[in-house]
Amino acid sequence: MKYLSTGNEACGEGAIRAGCRFYAGYPITPQNELTAYMARRMEETDGVFIQAESELAAINMVFGASAAGARAMTSSSSPGISLKQEGISYMAGAELPGVIVNVMRGGPGLGNIAGSQADYFQATKGGGHGDYRMIVLAPSTGQEMFDLTYEAFALADRYNNPVMVLADGMLGQMMEPIEFDDNIKPSGIVEKPWAMTGAKGRAAGSIKSLLLKDGVLEEHNKKLQEKYTSMAKEVRCETVDTDGADVILVAYGSMARIARECMGILAEHGIRAGLIRPVTLWPFPYDVIRGIAAKCPRFFVTEMSAGQMVEDVRLAVQDDSKVSFCGRMGGGVPSVDEITEQIIGSGKKKI
Amino acid sequence: MTEKITRPASMKDVAMHYCPGCGHGLIHRLVCEVIDEIGVREKTIAVAPVGCAVLAYDYWDFDTLEAAHGRTPAVATGIKRVHPDKLVFTYQGDGDLAAIGTSEIIHAGNRGEDISVIFVNNGVYGMTGGQMAPTTLIGQTTATSLYTRRPEKEGYPLKIMEMMAVLPGVVYLERTSVHSPKAVLATKRAIRKSFEIQLDRKGFSMVEVLSPCPTYWGLSPVKSMERIEKEVVKEYPLGTIKDVC
Ligand code: SF4
Repeated sequence: MKYLSTGNEACGEGAIRAGCRFYAGYPITPQNELTAYMARRMEETDGVFIQAESELAAINMVFGASAAGARAMTSSSSPGISLKQEGISYMAGAELPGVIVNVMRGGPGLGNIAGSQADYFQATKGGGHGDYRMIVLAPSTGQEMFDLTYEAFALADRYNNPVMVLADGMLGQMMEPIEFDDNIKPSGIVEKPWAMTGAKGRAAGSIKSLLLKDGVLEEHNKKLQEKYTSMAKEVRCETVDTDGADVILVAYGSMARIARECMGILAEHGIRAGLIRPVTLWPFPYDVIRGIAAKCPRFFVTEMSAGQMVEDVRLAVQDDSKVSFCGRMGGGVPSVDEITEQIIGSGKKKI
Repeated sequence: MTEKITRPASMKDVAMHYCPGCGHGLIHRLVCEVIDEIGVREKTIAVAPVGCAVLAYDYWDFDTLEAAHGRTPAVATGIKRVHPDKLVFTYQGDGDLAAIGTSEIIHAGNRGEDISVIFVNNGVYGMTGGQMAPTTLIGQTTATSLYTRRPEKEGYPLKIMEMMAVLPGVVYLERTSVHSPKAVLATKRAIRKSFEIQLDRKGFSMVEVLSPCPTYWGLSPVKSMERIEKEVVKEYPLGTIKDVC
């Protein structure tokens, strides 16, 4: 069926259809529609909805629900996600699955409530304390708000690890048609013998992230790192018209849609532009970008931030290509004109 | 006739890391005795705090999680909502419950979460070296109240139970102690009552246990028990604070 939905609500429906049985959240703009949606749908589907007293409590309720074996989710926006980082680190340490949605807004600090992409570093480079990683999915349409949230639960269960859906305020609040099979069932359901259910017919279990004995934490970390390495196969990336391109645009989320528009304008100016859109921000598609960089020397990254993903793109292309950047901060969105003028201008300079 | 004291079945047969004379070992045991008596070992899920009792899962032979400092009631809330038929309790020290986790405990109580809370109050942060806690008594010297706790600078002892009593979702509050055999038995009765209230789905209940920390009180185990009896109970009177079951 086709539905008209905000990105936030599409995300909520994706979670419900993935079998999310527990949601705890705390109000913050611009993701409030998602919390409200979960309040309604959890009641309808006999799941658990809790409006927590804080973001700290919300993520820790998810910690408990996940430890108890349920598919669990929380959502927030940038300042709230900062508060959830403690719990995310604990979940990573205790190897608990769970889905965290960040509908980003302008920062730092209280910032504003406009869409932004300034939490890329926080999402992909840790955020919380300790050596941990999590899969970060970056939807760029309402449809992907549904699809990627739906998939996030299976990924979390596959790796016993938190997974983040990293959207932005524009994507969260924009209304778009979305489509899904009304009979869609949760995917990737796994047995959870480790879940805290009471020690009936088995030895008592414990879930913890404290490992005090000499060398044990180091061994645990080695095991975690191996797991993170194995997550590399989850890398996803969309490429458009990259063969024979004069310039490669790299953008994710809402910015990828603006970058697509730029491709048409650039074509009118005789510049063939290709697009790389990372769908997983971690694992980052280094190899895809590196492969394309070997054939195209000009890269152009655009983000709603001071330039965060651009660092990963530079790492990926190494010295083969020139990487330029166009970004705006604090809720600003680089416009099609800003981007194309910069590309056309720099192209002229080069000639 | 003599009755042999045996280890409760839900308690692991291992040596504990607690200092000599510490109250935690005793209170752990009381919890286990109650669990055995009401036969719920296989449906119990406990949440341990950050603090001296962080290793409770090494001693308890039932499912136990460890929460971030102070978030214990939030974690218990998540578990209990997924498994409403299980016995879910938190075991928290005064740093965990009365400082960093004040918000979580008040709101879990206010929601009337069907959980039990064992609140071990020894008035100091034991694990981190005996710093001042919200529950530290006026005039008490700690690593971070070197000139004693002075109300004008460090504020007053925080009476969590009295605060919780005003919440409609909280149905049973009792403050007990472990300073004498009689007090120990009263603690066990209170823990049992709290667990039974939960199993009957009557709401949130909490037992505060005044407990000695000989190490950071700088007193012998015997003197520590005397201090509870003479000084601590003056600030934190024993008895039922609320019972609307
Ligand atoms: S420091 Fe105090 S509370 Fe901690 S184990 Fe030692 S006596 Fe017990």
